[in-house]
Amino acid sequence: MDWGMIISNLIHDTIVFSTALIFAALGGVFSERSGVVNIALEGMMVIGAFAGAVVTYFMQPSELAPWFGLLAAVIAGAIFSLPHAVASITFKSDQTVSGVALNFLAVGLAVYLTKIIFNGAGQTETLKVVFSKWEIPVLSDIPVLGHAIFEAYPTSYIAFILVFVAWYVIYKTPFGLRIRAVGEHPRAADTVGINVNRTRYIAVILSGALAAMGGATIALTTTSNFSHNTVSGQGFIAIAAMIFGKWHPVGAMGAALFFGVAQAVKSLVQVFGLTKYVPIEFIYMLPYILTIFVLAGFVGRSSAPAASGKPYDTGSR
Amino acid sequence: MNKVIGIFTKDSFLVPLVAILLGLICGAIAMLAGGFDPILAYQSLLEKVFGDVYNFGETIRQITPLIFTGLSVAFAFRTGLFNIGAEGQLVIGMIASVYAGVVFDLPPGIHAVVALLIGGIAGGLWGAFVGWLKATRGVHEVITSIMMNWIALYFANWVLQTFLVPEGQQRSENIKDSAVLTIGWLSQMFDSARLHWGTAIALLGAVAFFVILWKTKTGFELRAVGLNPHASEYAGMNVNRNVVKAMFIGGLFAGLGGACEVLGVFHYQAVMAALPGYGFDGIAVALIGGNTPFGVVLGAILFGILTFGATGMKFGAGVPVELIRVVIASVIFFVAAHGIVRLFLKPVLNRKKKEAV
Repeated sequence: MDWGMIISNLIHDTIVFSTALIFAALGGVFSERSGVVNIALEGMMVIGAFAGAVVTYFMQPSELAPWFGLLAAVIAGAIFSLPHAVASITFKSDQTVSGVALNFLAVGLAVYLTKIIFNGAGQTETLKVVFSKWEIPVLSDIPVLGHAIFEAYPTSYIAFILVFVAWYVIYKTPFGLRIRAVGEHPRAADTVGINVNRTRYIAVILSGALAAMGGATIALTTTSNFSHNTVSGQGFIAIAAMIFGKWHPVGAMGAALFFGVAQAVKSLVQVFGLTKYVPIEFIYMLPYILTIFVLAGFVGRSSAPAASGKPYDTGSR
Repeated sequence: MNKVIGIFTKDSFLVPLVAILLGLICGAIAMLAGGFDPILAYQSLLEKVFGDVYNFGETIRQITPLIFTGLSVAFAFRTGLFNIGAEGQLVIGMIASVYAGVVFDLPPGIHAVVALLIGGIAGGLWGAFVGWLKATRGVHEVITSIMMNWIALYFANWVLQTFLVPEGQQRSENIKDSAVLTIGWLSQMFDSARLHWGTAIALLGAVAFFVILWKTKTGFELRAVGLNPHASEYAGMNVNRNVVKAMFIGGLFAGLGGACEVLGVFHYQAVMAALPGYGFDGIAVALIGGNTPFGVVLGAILFGILTFGATGMKFGAGVPVELIRVVIASVIFFVAAHGIVRLFLKPVLNRKKKEAV
């Protein structure tokens, strides 16, 4: 294997691993920008992976099955985010606790339903039709870069497009301005006639839909089934990516790609026997350690939207 | 008499109670949707737990770590901190005490105490680090504790693989007999259910929780900081030191819980594919127990019965064990969103008000 091949494979794998993180981190950006902390990204990814895998399974052998799966995941994620929205916006509950509850609920509910649908098995049957990679004509023939970038799952292309859509929505549209306003200073936003609660509801539901898309991506590209450990902590890495990316869509994408490299390097490290020098566990830890460094201000300061985590009470000062 | 009724109709008592009921109802709805008989299922859950001495003993084993992690979360709550990191602190407690149990050579009894303390202190330091980051760098403890949980998982696995697991195995060697916390005679009484000193330590921990917080100057400061950090600062208390202290003691409880699991129950530590979950359950326990030591013990008993009895539901009514996670999640959700619970309680409370008039 020559270096061109290695680098090409590395970039290729990075994109594969990052896709789910990008979706979920974008979800986190929407929710937190509006002032609602979303620890439940993990749970929303689980529900997305579950809904995506099950619907794809029943739509087989149609070629379009994974697309229906993805659509189902978006709907399921949006619905699943509702309890979090109701609790943290309407009832002004502790957003972290509500998120923790949803994370619990997601794994419990998804595996419970899987067992009912698949006669007691803890995972769905292996999907025969999943997303296959798209080769962009001409461009995929470029040496090194062709295989690396222009031979990817359709979901990866969607993820990158959504990053720029999210950026445009948040920074260039009135709706995005409202999201940022209610996340920074809900009282001021309320005074100028923005409906704080409605804006937050929309942001949380969007965040559920996006995170669920991320979960479905894992089930429909890399694992080809759903089980209790399909997502296994990627929702928390997505939270890390969101913070590392300073609550900005493009920043979150960069961080997700960086954490994706960490995962892609993992397989490379094993191939070359480098685990003797750097234990694999430390590579796993990297995203989490970096997040703490960033938060502690050792690597560039980043601070959350001012009203993040605070319920808005019209009666308070 | 009126005083007794007063206690039982107080909000702090009614809200968790209604939350538990709503949680069980959510579980029942999920069971009906799946074509199971909820009454039979809950019945078999109770039969599993109270049916014979072995299972009753094992339920006590299940309850023990939940008391520890519940105390851990509740203690930090009292100082205004959300210790979502009990999970990681427990894991670090496990790995530290299994290391001490396998590697150290000490006389019986002393070895166990040393291993236990090392586990507790390791968990405490893991928690204190989060407190230190909050105190010195102003980082919110929730995010750092979540990150520390995953770091704990991989760090523990690394320690296991590097120092404790024999080549080609997936678990550490057994700890030396001198470090074992299991109570032999009691286990025999319970048909060799794995009973250990940890349960007694957990209950003592609950007492210590009460004494520290409500009978000492330290506790007064910790609670004051929890209620109003600015006022405490103004009154001359060192808020930062109290934050670190609260996280250390919280971590200590969780670390002891992990140590007891290793020294009392398993006697070894396996390489973990995922976090064990006791710490997350501890959040539920602390919330349902209203962050009081007595409430935590009650909450731990409830969740211990639910999780252990879940296998009975599978056996008796064919319900997948995951259903109980749905019940617990709903309970946490309703405790968090107590506004929803109050909506259900409104008719009851209104009537009470009318009677008072």
